[in-house]
Amino acid sequence: MHMATTLTINGETKSFDAPPEMPLLWVLRDILGMTGTKFGCGIAQCGACTVHVDGKAVRSCVLPVSAVANRTVTTIEHVGSTPAGAKVQKAWLEAEVIQCGYCQSGQIMAAAALLAATPNPDDSDIDAAMAGNICRCGTYVRIREAIKHAANGQS
Amino acid sequence: MNAHNSVSRRALLTGGLATGFLLAFHLPLRAAANEPVQRDVTDGKFAPNAFIRIDETGRTILMMPQVEMGQGTYTSISAVIAEELDADWSKVEVQHAPPNDKLYGNPTFGLQVTGNSNSIRAWWLPLRKAGATARAMLVQAAASQWGVEPASCTASKGVVAHAASGRKLGYGELAPAAQGQTPPKDVAIKDPKDFVLIGQPLKRLDTPDKVNGKALYGIDAILPGMKIAAIANCPVFGGKVGKVDDSAATKIAGVRKVVVLDDAVAVIGDHMWAAKKGLEALKIEWNEGPNAEITTKDIWDDLRKASEKDGAVAKSDGDIAKALASGDKFEAAYELPFLAHASMEPINATVHVRPDACEIWTGTQIMTRVQSEAAKAAGLPAEKVIVNQHLLGGGFGRKLEPDMVVAAVKIAKQVDYPVKVVWTREEDIQHDVYRPVYRDQITASLVDGKVAGWKYKVAGSAVLARWLPPAFQKGIDIDAIDAAVDAPYDFANFHVEYVRAEPPAVPTGFWRGVGPNNNVFAVECAMDELARKAGKDPIEFRKSMLTKNPRMLAVLNQVAEKSGWGQPLPPRVGRGVCVQPSFASFIATVVEAEIDDIGEITLRRITSVVDTGIAVNPDTVKAQIEGGLIFGLTAALYGEITIDKGRVQQSNFHNYRMMRINETPKIEVIVVKSGEAPGGIGEAGVNAGPPALRNAIYAATGVALRRLPIDRKLLAAGKKA
Repeated sequence: MHMATTLTINGETKSFDAPPEMPLLWVLRDILGMTGTKFGCGIAQCGACTVHVDGKAVRSCVLPVSAVANRTVTTIEHVGSTPAGAKVQKAWLEAEVIQCGYCQSGQIMAAAALLAATPNPDDSDIDAAMAGNICRCGTYVRIREAIKHAANGQS
Repeated sequence: MNAHNSVSRRALLTGGLATGFLLAFHLPLRAAANEPVQRDVTDGKFAPNAFIRIDETGRTILMMPQVEMGQGTYTSISAVIAEELDADWSKVEVQHAPPNDKLYGNPTFGLQVTGNSNSIRAWWLPLRKAGATARAMLVQAAASQWGVEPASCTASKGVVAHAASGRKLGYGELAPAAQGQTPPKDVAIKDPKDFVLIGQPLKRLDTPDKVNGKALYGIDAILPGMKIAAIANCPVFGGKVGKVDDSAATKIAGVRKVVVLDDAVAVIGDHMWAAKKGLEALKIEWNEGPNAEITTKDIWDDLRKASEKDGAVAKSDGDIAKALASGDKFEAAYELPFLAHASMEPINATVHVRPDACEIWTGTQIMTRVQSEAAKAAGLPAEKVIVNQHLLGGGFGRKLEPDMVVAAVKIAKQVDYPVKVVWTREEDIQHDVYRPVYRDQITASLVDGKVAGWKYKVAGSAVLARWLPPAFQKGIDIDAIDAAVDAPYDFANFHVEYVRAEPPAVPTGFWRGVGPNNNVFAVECAMDELARKAGKDPIEFRKSMLTKNPRMLAVLNQVAEKSGWGQPLPPRVGRGVCVQPSFASFIATVVEAEIDDIGEITLRRITSVVDTGIAVNPDTVKAQIEGGLIFGLTAALYGEITIDKGRVQQSNFHNYRMMRINETPKIEVIVVKSGEAPGGIGEAGVNAGPPALRNAIYAATGVALRRLPIDRKLLAAGKKA
């Protein structure tokens, strides 16, 4: 059954009707029209759908919308307003990380959550935080470089 | 492929207004986003040809005949036009061109297609001329206003200047007058030494909107009243829909309609979740048809048998029979699996079929074919089909096919609202158009430590015969043997054959790296095995046969130096080399890898030296090689689609694995300065990874792998080839 749900997304309160088990991904994309968060696999294997819930990176394709009621959701559309998100976006452009870009919303969300929690990540921190995000264009070398630049404030 | 230049001078100079802008299309790029191009673009604007629009503010919009799927072509193509136009780069914006083969057809193919790593190669001269022609018209407009000779004026960064009088006019100010100028008949293009944009690592035009979620891919299309459809294609290739019981599905909240096609069933819902739930609730009986028992083993049995036949001769130099009768003989067969494309953006298409028109929103590598095939499915003339191009979330050849759009048109025909059809990842992987299985046999003889005779037979699917039938001549698929006939070495007796062998049931198509993937793998594996047979170092062995190929020799020498070739390594660590002439680029790559005692592989380091001629954007060239290597290595390490009971057995990223960041080594790409014409680069890195890794494994373990993906069981400690 559909039910009225209220969420705080990117600092705004949004109310809508959705089945409670509906993944947040489809609420964002198909109900709220926020298409920056991407569908990649539907089974939390690729990370394209990564968003922040209470500042932590989560896969929205397997996250029932009922699980995020009363929690704070941040998406790629708004991550630039957080200090870590802004640094990551800037570093991404300076290192010219992006190719097709489809996975990069998720990569940036994962990297921003990493830097918010671990301001100076080493290679193994980067591997642990980013290994859940697939990039089919193979931009991994530059992702690693950009995270380090963002961490060092060089960007 | 034969060059076939469909872009006539007349089309270049006079087209674009009447035809290109009849179709209003939305523009999800840079500042041009959400600002539909009006039909009357000539009023106050300069539109000298199909590619350039300058308005009175100097805003310079360049129309992109090739599509952006990550390879950076929008930025590179813009740089090529802007270079000769002497445009102000900060005012350059790009727009997707509408479908029009006459105006925007790729000069190599005569079709508006992006593939074969040829965007820059195909458009290098036509677009420079288009830019130079527009520049000349702007200069003429200024000269005529000032009453001076055009030759006494200069142009730079969007401004025409007359040095003698100190007068200057911006391109925006000149736009209305330039529109009335007669285009020069034959315009000079720049000497490469005068390039100011080409050769610079210009920042990409498409990436700022890719860091904040604003960039629009096909899957992001949203239209008033639009619904979402999920699709189930018949799991068995060639099968059809039998009976469908939709009684449970239609009771699900948000499900709007169940659409039954000949070979697929779709559920339309308010959102993807309802559509997916609806699809899961259907009871579908499939008529599986004649392919329901096919297995991968059957396909390989057929291919191995077919590959024993004599093939059509693609090239034969010297006396191969005599050469193979002498010396030390070598024979090997290399086998490559089916592969899915798995672009990160799953297959999708949005369609609105109205009584008098059909409108499509998608990201495709083949716009005009999408238009014509959609027209057939909609029962409308092609000019009634509007195609709104989008950024592609990866293409890799999958989006050279129009099947997903045709299916979406058939679904959308049954409703009066727009429908976005989104394939799940499972549908995407199980209903791909697969990289064919290939079997490549090489027979060679060694005399005095060099190859005296080289006979190479490729057996596999002829993708071109289906995709571009006129290109399939005399039984030879020129893609499948592309880098076989173009081997870089001095082979005096050199013979290449091709056996067309179509797998039953499984559709085959282009996959990033195309024909050279199988050729470069087979050639470079065989070269390493021959080097060992001759008792020579793999690089020294290759160098001794590159005497007529100075560009290849130069990159090979450089990669040897940069990779630390020859320096001592620990046990079970090896370096492997790959040399390739693919896509008119000359590339040498060294992979260093470690193989542990159970056969698991760790990539330690990759070095690639690239001579691609003039690198329009050297940073993009590096990025394409870095990414291409990962794409190819992913296939070598993990990539295989297998078939059982006529069905694909893989379904998602858990069993169709991708390389991840924790598996990615340091990659160094060195781009050589060159004045030669640009080569292709988008696919070249893909070719390099698998043979270089395989040869590193060969060096580390002595095991000569001859199949991909790499079988770890063969690499456990103690095993020998």
